[in-house]
Parts: sequence; structure tokens; C-alpha cells
Amino acid sequence: MSQHTERNFIPTPSDRHARARAAVQAGAVLVASGINKTVSSGSAELVILREIDFAVTRGEAVAIVGASGSGKSTLLSILAGLDTPTQGEVWLAGESLFTLSEDARAQLRGRRMGFVFQSFQLLPALTALENVMLPLELAGRADAREAATQLLQRVGLRERLHHQPRHLSGGEQQRVALARAFVMQPQLVLADEPTGSLDARAGAEIIDLMFEMNAQQQTTLVLVTHDPVLAQRCQRVLRLQAGEWVNVPAEG
Amino acid sequence: MNTLRLSLRLLWRDWRGGELRVLAMALILAVASVSSVAFFADRIRQALSREAHQLLGADLVLSADQAWTVDESTAIQARGLRVANAMQFVSMAQTAASAVQPARSLLVGIKAVSASYPLRGQLRVAPRLGAMDAAVANPIQRGEVWLDERASVALGLKVGDPLQLGALRLHVAAVLTQEPDRGMNFFNIAPRVMMHIDDVPATTLIRPGSRVTYQLFAAGERTDVDAYAAWKAPLLQRGQRIETLDNARPEIRSALDRAQRFLGLAALLAAVLAAVAIALSVRQYTARHLDACAVMRCLGATQSRLLALHATALTLLGLLACSIGLLLGFFAQMAIAYGLSQWVSAVLPAPSVMPAFQGLSIGMVLLLGFSLPPLMQLKGVPALRVMRREVGQLPVSALHAWVLGALVLVGLLFWQAGDARLGAVVVGGFIFAALLFFGAALLGLRVFSSAVSARVLTALLVPLSVPAVSVRYALNQLRRHLRANAVQLACLALALMAMLLLTTTRTDLLTAWRAAAPPDAPNRFLIGIQPEQRAPLQALFSAAQLPVPELAPMVRGRLIAINARPVSEADYVDERAKRLVEREFNLSYQTALPVGNRITAGQWYAPEHAAKGIAPEHAAKAEASVEAGLARTLGLKLGDRLTYSVAGVPVDVEITSLRTLRWESMRVNFFVLTPPWVLQQQPASYITSFRLAPTQASFAEQLVARFPNMTVVDLDASLRQVQVLFEQLAAAVQAVFGFALIAGLLVLYAALNASEASRRHQTAILRALGASAAQVRSTQRIEFLVMGLLAGVLAACGAACISALLAWRVFEIEPPWTPWIWFAGPLIGVLLFSLNAQLSIRSVLRASPALVLRGES
Ligand SMILES: Nc1ncnc2c1ncn2[C@@H]1O[C@H](COP(=O)(O)OP(=O)(O)O)[C@@H](O)[C@H]1O
Ligand SMILES: [Mg+2]
Repeated sequence: MSQHTERNFIPTPSDRHARARAAVQAGAVLVASGINKTVSSGSAELVILREIDFAVTRGEAVAIVGASGSGKSTLLSILAGLDTPTQGEVWLAGESLFTLSEDARAQLRGRRMGFVFQSFQLLPALTALENVMLPLELAGRADAREAATQLLQRVGLRERLHHQPRHLSGGEQQRVALARAFVMQPQLVLADEPTGSLDARAGAEIIDLMFEMNAQQQTTLVLVTHDPVLAQRCQRVLRLQAGEWVNVPAEG
Repeated sequence: MNTLRLSLRLLWRDWRGGELRVLAMALILAVASVSSVAFFADRIRQALSREAHQLLGADLVLSADQAWTVDESTAIQARGLRVANAMQFVSMAQTAASAVQPARSLLVGIKAVSASYPLRGQLRVAPRLGAMDAAVANPIQRGEVWLDERASVALGLKVGDPLQLGALRLHVAAVLTQEPDRGMNFFNIAPRVMMHIDDVPATTLIRPGSRVTYQLFAAGERTDVDAYAAWKAPLLQRGQRIETLDNARPEIRSALDRAQRFLGLAALLAAVLAAVAIALSVRQYTARHLDACAVMRCLGATQSRLLALHATALTLLGLLACSIGLLLGFFAQMAIAYGLSQWVSAVLPAPSVMPAFQGLSIGMVLLLGFSLPPLMQLKGVPALRVMRREVGQLPVSALHAWVLGALVLVGLLFWQAGDARLGAVVVGGFIFAALLFFGAALLGLRVFSSAVSARVLTALLVPLSVPAVSVRYALNQLRRHLRANAVQLACLALALMAMLLLTTTRTDLLTAWRAAAPPDAPNRFLIGIQPEQRAPLQALFSAAQLPVPELAPMVRGRLIAINARPVSEADYVDERAKRLVEREFNLSYQTALPVGNRITAGQWYAPEHAAKGIAPEHAAKAEASVEAGLARTLGLKLGDRLTYSVAGVPVDVEITSLRTLRWESMRVNFFVLTPPWVLQQQPASYITSFRLAPTQASFAEQLVARFPNMTVVDLDASLRQVQVLFEQLAAAVQAVFGFALIAGLLVLYAALNASEASRRHQTAILRALGASAAQVRSTQRIEFLVMGLLAGVLAACGAACISALLAWRVFEIEPPWTPWIWFAGPLIGVLLFSLNAQLSIRSVLRASPALVLRGES
């Protein structure tokens, strides 16, 4: 959508809250406001994220880039409600994540979010089909098999439905993971270095597939990546450094 | 509904992936071993008690000194029990004078019985002296008498000859060779004449004042017998009593008790082994599902959903596996029973349903007990684990995860033991051992993996061409997974301990039985020896080149007061107690504790009292050592003062020790022993027992001819009965032992298997880092050597302690001397670990490391 205007809010505490509210009201899928994350390692307090504000509108594709250890994965975990911030709030589709219970967050994830991980996170005992069926089954969908089969065909795994992950190549495994992420037709898909474990060709295939589905399902994409090719294809690129935003031109 | 369907799907997927195999196998084996042991023990129990009842001639015997009324038998029959009548009395029997020999007369023990006697066991007769005997086909007829060998010989009668009993002339129809209920009771010492009970009035032998025992035998369903006994017991009048297996034939009772306790123990240990395997495989199940649960939480599953899904899946698995185990157990038990039927004459009764219920519920309860806490951990796994793998790792030795399972197990063990003391020793021992083992394993592993030990091991092993890097890596592995290894080691040590324990206890029991009734056990009692006859009697033995027996003095006395309070039989409800108070005791004095006796409380006489034989002036206390069972029956304890009336003179003694003795030893045993000086001045006769080989049988006749006042009691038949019973018990114990052992081995294998995955992973990493197959092998060998050694030593320690405790407190036998377990324990430990290592290494070495690593990640 907007290519350059406001990449982030002005980090002044006074109006931060109001602006986040406004963004939520304006229909932003994901809004984060004043996210801080500190962990205590031994005696020292380690700051991982500092005063992160963030909003993503519907259908947008946003890339978060940064050096290793800059806090990208931590931020993604917090945006997904997998981890809790030390301070700050996240709204998903208008719902405030951290006022919800852990279980309610899980249900919200099930309904609205899909995930793709660097390490795929497929269940090794399940076939490709069963892995994709799992979120549908958990949601009690009767058409799990059909829906999953259809999506696997779309990612080009028609011949691999009944293979277990360890008999699939990395690219194939990530395609299964993609199918699993999109099968519930989520509003938001979060991806943590989806091409990080793949060679260039397999990575490119995954990127194509991801943007294709993103376009088809009007899904919002937030992805963490090292891959400049991947970052380039997003409407917006945000750079993290030592837990803080760095203003960079959108063109990368 | 959806949960059930999804659970089934998850279960099926897990099963297909091989995730559930170990758990399912552990459950199947657990239920199979517990239920087969339970089934079998139940059948043996039934068979043994039936067998043992043959030694009573019935399930229950009513005895009285007055005739029982007809109503009494009607009342018994009304309860669906069978009835037989008998009268026993002592009387003169006479032969008719003939051309070749004058009339002879003999004091005989007459037993007059009704046609239905005996209700249990069998009478055996021979057509003539020395001929082969056989079970009687027809009951004794009116007009007939059956004489035993002694009566036949003493009266010079053969089959067909007449015999005069009082006013009635009867004819000898057979030689009586076996009478089921003729125990080792001194009342049965007279030569036996058996006749029909309806002939008794015509003999006119029974007059007012005659000493006659009237008996009613009853037999039938166990529950009916018990119900009748319970109803009748409070209605008994003076001079009446009920005999059941519990109060008659103590020598049989104690052997039976031990056998049953052993069977109970075997089943119990099978349950422990099963629990160990289940606990370990549930852990494995949980660990393997950790990642899956994190992903599912990421995909929107709530905690309660996860719990419901997994609990349902495990319950379904449990029901299925337990049913299979039950079937297996039932067939295994049938196979044992079949194999055994070639040794044990009796056909085993059909098993009851109780063991099935027991087996099933043990499997399920153990499964749920051990899986609920890990499932709680599982459902709580943070979804963040998908991002950061180190989050939400299962705590390795979280004690609380085992507490519920352990509590459940304790409850089950008590239930299985059915005997509080056995339960307490085993349960207490195992809990204590479990904690101790875990601590010791931690410590042991820490010591073994220390720098010093590394240097020692390297110095030892490197010359044996073990690469130093293997030693270092193996010890590093041990140290890194210290707690996990300690848990596994403790579990294996427990399982190994259970098996060692079973082995030692079985050996003890068999040895004790053999020692109690050895083939050279005395088979004759000689009673009524007068003091002045001692020397000539011993001379007679020497002359016949027989070992000279020791003579035990016997002083008869009635118990008249306890702690200065007069005693009467009205003070006791217990039948046996009443009888004991009523009768005269055989007291004896002895310096040393008799062979086979064991002090359970207090102390054998103070040395100065015992040694001198005569009381020193200052020793005011007349000590007494009382048999523990008697003390229990009469409610006596250490420090009580007993007053006996001996030949009309009161004799005071104080109880300073309690003894157990081996009734089945066939030795002369006394309830009450004192130091010599207490009773030495009292009129005594002497008693002894000795062994006569069949070829020396004539020595008994010589004896009686020389000393007509003495009586020789032939115990051969009784002894044989006891020996046959012991052989059967031994066979049963062996069979159950063998089965529990196999079950134990299988379960142990399952337990070892539980750690295979992580070992495969470690090995794969090593391989990926470029270690050669030989390096991997020696690394694992060292690791397993250390683990096996430690487990074995711990198991041996535990087994030695518990088996000593069991011998002492439960089986009441000499604490065993079993040095071999100190070799066997570590050896088996190392062997088991190595076998397992060998198997897992081979599969790992065959697979490509990448595949293993990917499959595990
Ligand atoms: N719970 C935690 N405890 C300690 N350190 C953490 C924790 N979470 C993250 N970190 C640290 O914070 C930094 C950022 O981590 P991460 O978000 O994974 O970075 P990125 O994904 O950008 O490489 C790293 O140095 C990481 O080690
Ligand atoms: Mg990262």
C-alpha cells in the first residue's frame, strides 16, 4: 500500500497510545505499540527490544530485516502472541492480544494467523497431508482432507501427499509448511526466515508461492528475512538494529 | 465426539510412526505378567488349599467329647455341604485263640467312620501285608475292620481273620496303608483299627465316662464352608471345637503360607517391573510429543484441548494394550499350568475372574498415574518452543511427575500383597531404594565422570586399544546428561533388584523347605522313656550301629495362672487357646537353643543361667522361652509370669524370649523351654526322634520288646505326605518364578528401549562429526559399562537388604547368605546395557546420520 509515508509512529509516549488506537480503528490488521522486551541473564538486564511501534494494514507485505541477534525473531514471537513483551501492547484484528488469556490467544492464532518457520516445524510422524490437515482438524472442520489436499496441490505437492517430512527435500517441506500456514485462510501470515534453510532456487520457489497465495487470499504478510530478494518484494522493509528501528528508505 | 475422533487419528498416526510401540509393549507386558502371575497364583492357591484340605479329610472338622446330634449334620447339609461322621477312641482289641497261637490283645486307636468318610483326600488299603496298596474303591462295610500295619503285625492277623472288639466279632478285610487326616498328633500313636460307625453300639465299648472324640466332617464350596464356620463358631459349647486348616496341621499351614506369600511377592514384583517400564515409556511419549504440542498450540489448540486429546488417546491405547495383555497373560498361564500338570498330580481348578480384573486395572491405573503429571506438563508447553527450542523442555527428574504414579503403585502393591507385612517390606524397601538409588546414581555418575576417574579410566583402557577420545566423550556424555542418566540408572537398578530379589527369595524358600523335610529327616518318634532307661536305650542304639539320638526331657504341667491371675478357658474366645489352656503342656528344659529354633523377641537365657545348669544363688529369675505362635494365641508377651502346676506343685516362670520353630522339621519341638534348674527336680519322661531306613525297621520291634513301656510312633506316612506337598509347592514356586523372571527381562528391555531415541541422536551427532564406527562403539561401551556396573551394584545392595528383611520378618527363615548376587548383579547390569547398546548402535551405524538427525529434529 503506502510505499514510503509513515513507516513508524513517532516514539513519544504521550500520543503513542492515541495513534495506536487510531490505527486499530482505521482497520490495521496488526498494531504494536511501545513494545519493550528485557530479559535478565544472571545479574544483568538484557534489553532485546526497545520502544517498538508498528502497524500493518490489510493485504500489506512487510519485511523485517536486521543483523543476526538484533531481535527479529523475538519481535515476531511477540507479534504472534507466542511470547509476552515486558511492556507494550499488540492488537490483532482489533483484539488486544495481551489482555487475553494464553488459551484465548491460542484460539485467536488458530483462527487468524498462519506461521512459517525457518526450521519448518512439521510433525515428523505425520504425512504431508496430515500436517496440513492438523489446523483444520483442531478447528473441527469436517472438510479437512479436501481442503488440505487442494492446497497441497496448489503448492505442487500432488505426488507427495503421503510422504513423511523426512522423505521430503527442504524445499518440499517448506511448501508443506506454507500450505499449512495458508490452509485456514488466515488474515495474517508470519514467517521467520522462511528461506533461511533453503538453497537459492528452492528459496525463490517458496517466495513466489508465498506472494502468490498472499495475493490470492488477500493475506497480510509479515516476514523476517536476511534475503534481499525476498525483502525487495515486500511493500515495506523495516530494519531492526539492537532492538530498535532504523529509518531506512523503503526501496532498501 | 470430535475429540474422540481426532484422538483416534492422532493415536493411529503415532502408532504408525512407531512412537507408541514401547509404551504399548510395556503395557501389554505389564498386564500380561501381572495377570498371568495372578491367574496362576490364584489357581495354585485354590489347588493348594484343596490339596491341603485332604490332610484334614475335609474342609472343616467339628470335634467334641459328646456325640453330635442328628440336627447338627442336618444343619450342615442344609448349607449344601457334604457330611461324614467319625468316632475315635482307644480300646483293647483281641484275637481269637487258635491252634498255632494263643489269643493276643493290643491297645488300639479305633476310628469308626461313616460310609462317606473321607470327604477330602483318600484312604488307601492293601489286600495283604506288604502288597501294593490302592485307593479304596468301596467304603468300609459293616462287619469289617481295616488294620494298619502295626496293628496287623502286633496282633498277628491277616486279611480274613476275625477280630474281637468288645462284644462284637468283626473280620479283617484289608490292610490300611493311608489315612488322610492322620497327622503327627500324639493322640494318633496307637495302632489303628478302622471300622464302620454303625457297628460301634454292638461292641458295647462306649460307656459313660469313656474318652471318645466325636467328629463331624464337612466339605463343599469354600464360601459355604466359611459361612458355616462363621455361624457355628460362637455357638460352640464346652468340649466342642472347629478344626480348619488354620488351626490344625501347623506344619502344613506354615509351608502353605510361605508358598502363598512367595506367589504374592512374585506378582508384586512383576507389578513393580511393569510400573518402571510404564513410567519410562510415558516419559518418552511425553518427550516425543513436546514439539508436536508446541506446534499444535501455535496452530490454535487450547491447553484443555491438548489434555483431552492426549488423555483420550492414552486411555484408548491403554484399554487396547491392557486387553491384549490380559489375553496373553491368560494363555501364558494356561501354558504354565499345562506344563506343570505333569508334575502336580492334581488338576488345577479353573481361575477366577479376580486376576483378570486385577491385571486390567493395574495396567490402566499405572498408565494414568504415571501419565497424568507428564500430560499436565505437555499441555502447558509454551508455544514459544516453536521459535526457541530450549523453552519448555521437560524437567528431567521432576519428582512431582513421579509422585502420583508412585502413590498409585504403592496402593496397588499393598492390594497385590494382600498381606500388610509383606506389602510394607516390599513397598517400603522399594521407595527407600528408589530414592537412595537416584541419589547414589547421581553421586556415582559424578564420581565416574570426574577428572580423576577420567584419568584412571584412560590409563586403564587406552592400553586396551580404546581411543582416548572415546573415554573422554563417553564420560562427557555421562556428565552432561547426569540427571537423565541417573533416572534411567535408578530405574534399571530397581528392576534388576526386583529380579535378584525374586531369585534369592526363591532359593531361600526352596532351601528352607528342603532343609526342613530332608530325605534323612527323622521318621520315628520314641516317647515314654523313663530317666533310668536313658543309658541302656542309648547303648541299644550304639549296639545296632545307629546314631545315638539326643533325648529331650518332657515335664507335663497345666497352665494355671498368668501374671498371678488364674487362667480359665472361659477367658479365651479362640478355639486353640481354649484347648491349650484345658490341656497339659509338655514343658522341657534345655541349655542351648534347639536346632531350627529362632529367637524373635527377647533373649535366650542369660549365659550364667544356661551354662551351669544349676541356678546360681543370686539368679532369682526362672526364665522361659515361649513359642511365638502360642504366645500370640494366648496373648502372652515378654515379661509375663506364667504359673504351671507340675505334679500338683506350682512352678513360676517369666517369659524372657519368644521363639519360632520349624514345625515341618519333624524334630521334637516344645512350646515352652526353661533352663534346666527350673524343672530338673520335677518328674520327667524323655522323648526323641530318629531315622530308621526301611531295612532297619525291625529295630523298632527290638526296642519295644526291650522297653515295653515306650511307644514308637511311625511318621513315615505323614512325612511322605509333607514331602509330596513340598515338592508340589516347590514346582509351583519355580514355575511362577520363571515366569516373573521372563516378564522382568522383557520389561527391562522395554525400559532400556525408552532411552534409545536420545542415544541414537547422540550417536548420530558423533557420526556426523566424523567419528568412526569403532569410536562410536567404544564410546557407548564405556558409557554402558559404567551405567551397567553402577546399576548392578546398587541392585545387589538393595536385593541383599530387602531379602534379609523378608527372610526375617515375612518368611521367618534364616536370613540368606547369597554372595553370588554381588557378582550376578553387576554382571547382568553390564550385559543388559551392552546388549541394548549393541542393538541400538547397529541400527544407528546402519542409518545415515542425516536421516537420524532429521527424523529426530
Ligand atoms: N529469553 C531470552 N533469554 C535470553 N536471551 C534472549 C532471550 N530471547 C532472546 N534473547 C537474545 O536476544 C537476542 C535477539 O534474539 P533473536 O530475536 O532471536 O534475534 P534474531 O532473530 O534477530 O537473530 C539474541 O542475542 C538472543 O540470544
Ligand atoms: Mg531469528
